[in-house]
Amino acid sequence: MAIETKIQLKDVHKAFGRKKVLNGVFLSVEKGQSLVVIGGSGTGKSVMIKCVLGIIESDSGSIQIDGEETRGAIGKKRDAFLNKFGMLFQGSALFDSLPVWKNVAFKLIQAKHLPAKEAKDVAVETLAQVGLAPDVADLFPAELSGGMQKRVALARAIAAKPEIIFFDEPTTGLDPIMADVINELIVKCVKNLGATTISITHDMASARKIADRVAMIHEGKIIWHGRKDEIDHSGNPYVEQFIHGRGEGPIKMQIKRD
Amino acid sequence: MNSNLSSLAHNVQTRLLGLLQLLGGTFLTFVEATGQFAFFTLRAISHVFRPPLYFRQISRQFVDIGYYCLPVVGLTTLFSGMVLALQSYTGFSRYAGGAESAIANVVVISITRELGPVMAGLMVAGRIGASIAAELGTMRVTEQVDALTTLSTHPVKYLIVPRILAGVLMLPLLVAVGDVIGVFGGFLISVYRLDFNAANYIDQTWKFLETIDVVSGLVKASVFGFVVTLMGCYFGFNSKGGAQGVGAATTNAVVSSSILILILNYFLTGLFFGAK
Ligand SMILES: Nc1ncnc2c1ncn2[C@@H]1O[C@H](COP(=O)(O)OP(=O)(O)O)[C@@H](O)[C@H]1O
Ligand SMILES: [Mg+2]
Repeated sequence: MAIETKIQLKDVHKAFGRKKVLNGVFLSVEKGQSLVVIGGSGTGKSVMIKCVLGIIESDSGSIQIDGEETRGAIGKKRDAFLNKFGMLFQGSALFDSLPVWKNVAFKLIQAKHLPAKEAKDVAVETLAQVGLAPDVADLFPAELSGGMQKRVALARAIAAKPEIIFFDEPTTGLDPIMADVINELIVKCVKNLGATTISITHDMASARKIADRVAMIHEGKIIWHGRKDEIDHSGNPYVEQFIHGRGEGPIKMQIKRD
Repeated sequence: MNSNLSSLAHNVQTRLLGLLQLLGGTFLTFVEATGQFAFFTLRAISHVFRPPLYFRQISRQFVDIGYYCLPVVGLTTLFSGMVLALQSYTGFSRYAGGAESAIANVVVISITRELGPVMAGLMVAGRIGASIAAELGTMRVTEQVDALTTLSTHPVKYLIVPRILAGVLMLPLLVAVGDVIGVFGGFLISVYRLDFNAANYIDQTWKFLETIDVVSGLVKASVFGFVVTLMGCYFGFNSKGGAQGVGAATTNAVVSSSILILILNYFLTGLFFGAK
């Protein structure tokens, strides 16, 4: 099977005012691959995937999905490209005005115009995949614990069977056991769908579980990337410092805001 | 002496430059904000005319404005009508005769032209403008707006278009009901407190009322509905920075739409009745 490049970023820049967040990001992900992007807080991980989705407009560079340029895509072209995506947000971002099942089936109802009854069946089925009972379907997001909200958000991200899924810090804020459950679910669901994924995390346990390949972002650039098994002898001082969580090293925590 | 003078001149020069810079900066910020707002407005309007429309969202907003605002608008117009009758009685009774017909006239004209739309506009600004800004602001800072995009749903169409449509179409309806209630308030005071003849009062009311009075009020209402929902959407949609940002968005939405309502009311009145 020929290797297909699914997602490709070339020299992507993004600044907010005078603050440069992305400083020439190069990244490519092959079809069916799971890439984990690691990096400290505030290094622009979320901004990077939002640039890919076009939620944030990048300043320059090239972003290609399936070989097609998506920067500045509008109308039908943009709809078609968004249709390929699913995303799990850092804070779950569930719609609190809708019950769980309408959250999960949101894309099916609004964009694919599935009748309510069918959509609910799909929602309940997807909830089962993430280990939630059918009676959760009629609850509201505010009635769920953080871990359950993450599962619902995961179900929402995969319900429409996307080709590409982004996970933004899927385990942040969860206890280690729930974090591991979520990791397992991500691996399982991605395998079932055969989807291409980019996951963002600063949780190394999570990275080791989910990743095929790992990339590290620092000061708006990808400073290292390689296979998961290469990470422990990367020879890169930044990566070493990060995976061992040392305070001392080349990465200086910015205490003062600029 | 000479060097003293030149250093003074230099000092003045840097101060002036600093002042100019500050002025220029403020001006640029103002122009940028105005441009951003104008762009937002045009974008929102353009999406009203491009399918798909989310009818379930639209009907929810219609009910929110048209039905749940009725009590506040009804109460405020009722008491406005009542106080108008009372005030104009104490005012007109200083002159000999004519109080009875004058009061019916004052009440119906003031309510339909001014107080109905302005009162309803301000009430809806407080009730709906604030809740729109708070709801959209919370959705923005919790990434729910971004989530819409990833679920193939256009946030402007799904969140903003229904609210603006509801404002533009439902506020005139509210004001129409408010007009009737306000006139009824004046009637109540005139008949039960001031002992005027009921049939006569109603007769006078109809005699004075012209189509333009009501129509101008309803057009104002529509404009105010647009202003209130647009400001709520604008500040909510662009809020950032957590709970504090949402609070600021809510305040800005209510204050700016209230001020705009009063300013626009003046110009609309000029437009309808000024050229005589
Ligand atoms: N919409 C925005 N406007 C201004 N600055 C932003 C915006 N979004 C993110 N930033 C800034 O970009 C930097 C990177 O943010 P982010 O990508 O969220 O970090 P993380 O790597 O923790 O996900 C932060 O310093 C943040 O303040
Ligand atoms: Mg982030």
